[in-house]
Amino acid sequence: MTTRAALLVLADGRFPAGGHAHSGGAEPAVKAGRIRDAQDLADFCLGRLHTTGLTSAALAAAAALGLDPLALDEAADARTPSPALRGVARKLGRQLMRAARATWPSPELAALAEARPRGAHQPVVLGLTARAAGLGPADAAHCVAYEAVSGPATAVVRLLSLDPFEATAVLARLAPALDQVAEQAAEAARHGIDALPAASAPLLDISAEAHSAWPVRLFAS
Amino acid sequence: MHLDHAHNAPTAVSADAARPDGTRRALRIGLGGPVGSGKTATVAALCRALRDRFSIAVVTNDIYTREDAAFLLRNAVLPPERIQAVETGACPHTAIRDDISANLEAVEDLEDSVGPLDLILVESGGDNLTATFSKGLVDAQVFVIDVAGGDDIPRKGGPGVTTADLLVINKTDLAPYVGSDLDRMARDAAGQRGELPVVFTSLTGADGVAPVADWVRARLADWAA
Amino acid sequence: MSVTATARIRAVADGRGATSLPVLESGGPLALRRTRSPDAAFARVTVVGAMSAPLGGDRLAVEARAEDGARVSVDSAAATVALPGAGPDAGPASYDVRLSVGEGAELHWLPEQLVSAYGSELDMTTRAELASTARLVLREEQVLGRQGESTGRLSTRLTVRRAGRPLLDQQTAYGPGAPGGWDGSAVLGGHRAVGQLLLVDPAFEGGVPAPRLLGPTAALTPLAGPAVLVTALAADARLLRAVLDEALKVLLKESKALRNA
Repeated sequence: MTTRAALLVLADGRFPAGGHAHSGGAEPAVKAGRIRDAQDLADFCLGRLHTTGLTSAALAAAAALGLDPLALDEAADARTPSPALRGVARKLGRQLMRAARATWPSPELAALAEARPRGAHQPVVLGLTARAAGLGPADAAHCVAYEAVSGPATAVVRLLSLDPFEATAVLARLAPALDQVAEQAAEAARHGIDALPAASAPLLDISAEAHSAWPVRLFAS
Repeated sequence: MHLDHAHNAPTAVSADAARPDGTRRALRIGLGGPVGSGKTATVAALCRALRDRFSIAVVTNDIYTREDAAFLLRNAVLPPERIQAVETGACPHTAIRDDISANLEAVEDLEDSVGPLDLILVESGGDNLTATFSKGLVDAQVFVIDVAGGDDIPRKGGPGVTTADLLVINKTDLAPYVGSDLDRMARDAAGQRGELPVVFTSLTGADGVAPVADWVRARLADWAA
Repeated sequence: MSVTATARIRAVADGRGATSLPVLESGGPLALRRTRSPDAAFARVTVVGAMSAPLGGDRLAVEARAEDGARVSVDSAAATVALPGAGPDAGPASYDVRLSVGEGAELHWLPEQLVSAYGSELDMTTRAELASTARLVLREEQVLGRQGESTGRLSTRLTVRRAGRPLLDQQTAYGPGAPGGWDGSAVLGGHRAVGQLLLVDPAFEGGVPAPRLLGPTAALTPLAGPAVLVTALAADARLLRAVLDEALKVLLKESKALRNA
């Protein structure tokens, strides 16, 4: 039923949904000296993957599975204590919604856009997009888990002038962990909204608040 | 009265000319060009020249967040609610060409919050000579270069110089000091652009932006027709 | 031998402006004492005897209910220290806190730190169910390892629901066996003390405090509801407490001002 090629289109970094302007918390981590090289980047990505990456992947898987997107949106709010990150998630959700409706129009996407005109949380929109594209919960989870690490990796290449081959190698070495997180997320989604993981990362939350107040920055988040 | 929520409408994915309620949306003009060529100054001057007759808003695409928006605010060329900044993640050309989603949000937010608007100016972050706007984002684009950047820029061409709907060669007042040959720039530009218009400006003089403002007025007249 | 025990507190408004405690049941190592409250409107309960619990394999729980209109504050006499169990097959310990706060009721849940000793394994869950006009002050602090010691494995989940809707859901996993990256630059950044302070107050419906930083590794964030969460990281328990105490003082003042407005 599902089409692997559709997953490539959705997961492509060039899919025009606004992700390129966001560093996934890498910019403040670079500024604080917590990311200085490829090893630090790997460490950062692994932590992000197992926390917000897992949480977001599970929300996406649940939306792809057909769980109520508005209840998932509320669950996403409860899992996002930082108002800066809630704002980013809704903004990116709205941008993804635009791209999704142009590429895979569906009544479910239209209904969510109608109910959340300022944007629903991005993973929820992504899950519905995957659904509209004929993809399954595991596909949606993979896509979100990968975004959780590819965003910071791309950003660090720009911020530190890190060797892009090294950054890509970091992502490649994360592949087994990505598969495992996506599988865990898809499995959790089968047990309903209350069973979804809520893994959190205190430093990402705190530094997102700090970053949102910077007068000068390269990335929106 | 402004009822449309463009993002809700099934058709509102790109630069559709009509709002969901059927009325014609604002004309969107993009202004691109290299760093320091005077894009922000041109936008400011255009706002001053046109704001009395037209309802205008501006979207800026800063490389380092809100500098350009801050300049426009400081100079009070428009009320603050008419200026929105888009952040571009160190890649200004991506935000105006490859992934225009953030700019489209900003454009529609402006129409929603202060609209109905006649004109939205979308200013790109300073970039290189290949940076052009997507047709999904703007209806027409202006490329701003300046004489101090080297009088060989028109000869070198590139998508901005070659295909922009209007080429602005700014800072003509500096030509004698930097040894730029304006006639040569005009000849080279014509060679690259064929029939497409080229204007020379010096924003230091009174109404120095007039050639650009006249061109924008003509586009507005076409758009409303 | 591992222990399974539940301690229970039920607080009710006595109709004369004070709160009585018709249920105050100790359980296993968790002994409950009614203690003198500095604020006469509040009943106060202190948990004593948890300083060497839970051990691996223990299943401990505390249930605290503040019925409609009741006001109760619960604290503890000392830090709770998660320790390894006896023998290699003890398995992880669990510690479940269940809070419920009725209409117009107020619960302060302010225990001392939870310390994860080397070799221990603990799964801790805190669930709070709040009525729509309930007030909750909740502090949780985790200290990873005793002085000079590396940490045990500690996983926590804090779930707060208000009027049946999710308000806050946070899960952490630290220590050996936790998913990779927990000590890294996205999660703890090498800090050994992490804490959260939550204030849920219907008065915030009228305007929740603005987000702000409380130092380089602490932030005050309004939630998507009438609630504020302070998240802080510090090198040790003392530094962490200093940040959370200061935040609590400021937040209580702000919420009081809102209620009097």
